[in-house]
Amino acid sequence: MNHSDQILSHGRILRYEFHERLTHWIAAGSYIYLMLTGLAFYSPWCFWIAALLGGGQVSRMLHPWAGLIFTGAILKMFSMWSAQMYPTGADKAWWDSIGHYIRNEDDQMPAAGRYNAGQKLLFWGFIICGVLLLLSGAILWFPEYVPWNLRFLRYLAVLIHPSAALLTIGLFLIHIYMSVFAERGAFGSIIRGDVSLAFAKRYHPGWYEEITGQPASPKK
Amino acid sequence: MSQATLRVQKMSGHAGSVPGDDAQREFTVCKLIDTTTCIGCKACEVACMEWNDLPFGETVFDNTYQTMPETRWNYWNLILFNEHEKEDGSLMWLMRKNQCMHCAEPGCLAACPADGAIVQYTNGIVDFQQANCIGCGYCITGCPFDIPKMNPKTNRVFKCTLCADRVSEGLEPACIKSCPTGCLHFGSKEDMKDLAEKRAKQLRDDYNFPQAGVYDPAGVGGTGVVYVLHDATRPELYGGLPSNPSIPWSVKLWKGPLKWLGNVAMVGGLIGLFVHYLRFGPKSREDEDIHPRGENP
Ligand code: HEM
Ligand code: SF4
Ligand code: SF4
Repeated sequence: MNHSDQILSHGRILRYEFHERLTHWIAAGSYIYLMLTGLAFYSPWCFWIAALLGGGQVSRMLHPWAGLIFTGAILKMFSMWSAQMYPTGADKAWWDSIGHYIRNEDDQMPAAGRYNAGQKLLFWGFIICGVLLLLSGAILWFPEYVPWNLRFLRYLAVLIHPSAALLTIGLFLIHIYMSVFAERGAFGSIIRGDVSLAFAKRYHPGWYEEITGQPASPKK
Repeated sequence: MSQATLRVQKMSGHAGSVPGDDAQREFTVCKLIDTTTCIGCKACEVACMEWNDLPFGETVFDNTYQTMPETRWNYWNLILFNEHEKEDGSLMWLMRKNQCMHCAEPGCLAACPADGAIVQYTNGIVDFQQANCIGCGYCITGCPFDIPKMNPKTNRVFKCTLCADRVSEGLEPACIKSCPTGCLHFGSKEDMKDLAEKRAKQLRDDYNFPQAGVYDPAGVGGTGVVYVLHDATRPELYGGLPSNPSIPWSVKLWKGPLKWLGNVAMVGGLIGLFVHYLRFGPKSREDEDIHPRGENP
């Protein structure tokens, strides 16, 4: 799709095509299920979640299968988005100004492209943890087939799996907070696909310039 | 399997207090296995299958007495036959009855996430409650003795119960009852330890086994099954009995610090995000095309 097609007739910019939105929600749905059932096994204080979701046996049976769906969605995301996610020089400047970003002083932030450095971290965090979760999850899935003299694999898996899961939960919480509460308009982009010109200009000026060919408005 | 009149003092995956914890003054039970008088007749294996209604399993024949290589989900009690070459070149049997050790600090129970799937009774018996088991196999990772085994059809784990059902009725375990040489004994932990030490001393003093001793490993808080060994300095000779078993360090790390760190980070993170919203609010009020702020695009 070339850039002029991305400007929609009602004056908005297309950010996510249908297949991108669908992939996102397959990943999100399977992830939330994995997180909830995983937390149930993680702590006795959360075991009630398994009861709500059909019982411990059912949760144990379905968790790894949901993991495979999640892995599929993550791989698709990698093929769709990784090209835009490699760090650039601007990302370094973005991290240096992270204080402004936290205090909502967005006009003092260096211009971000289609993805800012934080979003790139989210992406790579999920890709890397996704791989770790898959590898350790496969061992947790079939511990009875790991031979006794390779038992260190099981000892590693029980540490790696929850650690990687906890890292993604941290990323996940920030992701929800940013896209639902902090940046109004972001949630719509992953539901309906488009964002307003103002949204693009405010949060992704580099991307705005690339799509519209016009300079993003001068900073106040 | 059966709780009968037993009370539970430790419970896996359980939030809150445990019903029988600190409730009762009862002595810890113990099985004593004197490997030096075991003749490998497998009577205990048969008694175990009879009492627990376990099916006969397929055997293998590879020109040794070991017709079954290891315990199975439906075969809880197995004699391990080890041919040992002594220093003078002569051969001797080191036969060991292998089953759950009923650890005082059970790794299986520490690892298990399911509420009440593994319990420890006040008499020390560690018992799996298959009705509560979710089939995750964490107990397999937690056990230092490779004892819990998965039933592939029902995805639930089984092992020796120390005949908790018999013991709760005042009987001894089925294997004890069947042993023809009297190498198996059952009683209080104190009495069995005493008997074991006496036998080990006899072996050292009178039978030319200077290394003879009692296997009751401290790394798991002691066990509800103790062995008398001809050579207690090398328990590995007896079919891989670990010389210093303990709950794997990664399991301790996972169920201890990692859990706490994770809980604090998750709750702290949620509170942090909420406070951030209270302090700074959203980055923009609403989608600004509808209510433009400042410059119009
Ligand atoms: C990628 C493929 C995955 C596979 C094959 C997999 C498999 C497993 C298995 C077999 C277990 C053992 C208990 C159970 O089956 O429920 C487990 C536990 C767990 N999983 Fe996954 N999983 C995957 C992805 C994930 C993801 C994306 C999360 C995200 C939060 C997650 C979170 C957890 C947690 C928190 C536990 C409990 C760990 C503990 O007991 O401390 N898993 N997983
Ligand atoms: S498989 Fe083992 S650890 Fe998992 S629930 Fe069953 S008894 Fe507990
Ligand atoms: S030997 Fe293994 S299964 Fe038996 S109580 Fe100890 S840790 Fe649990």
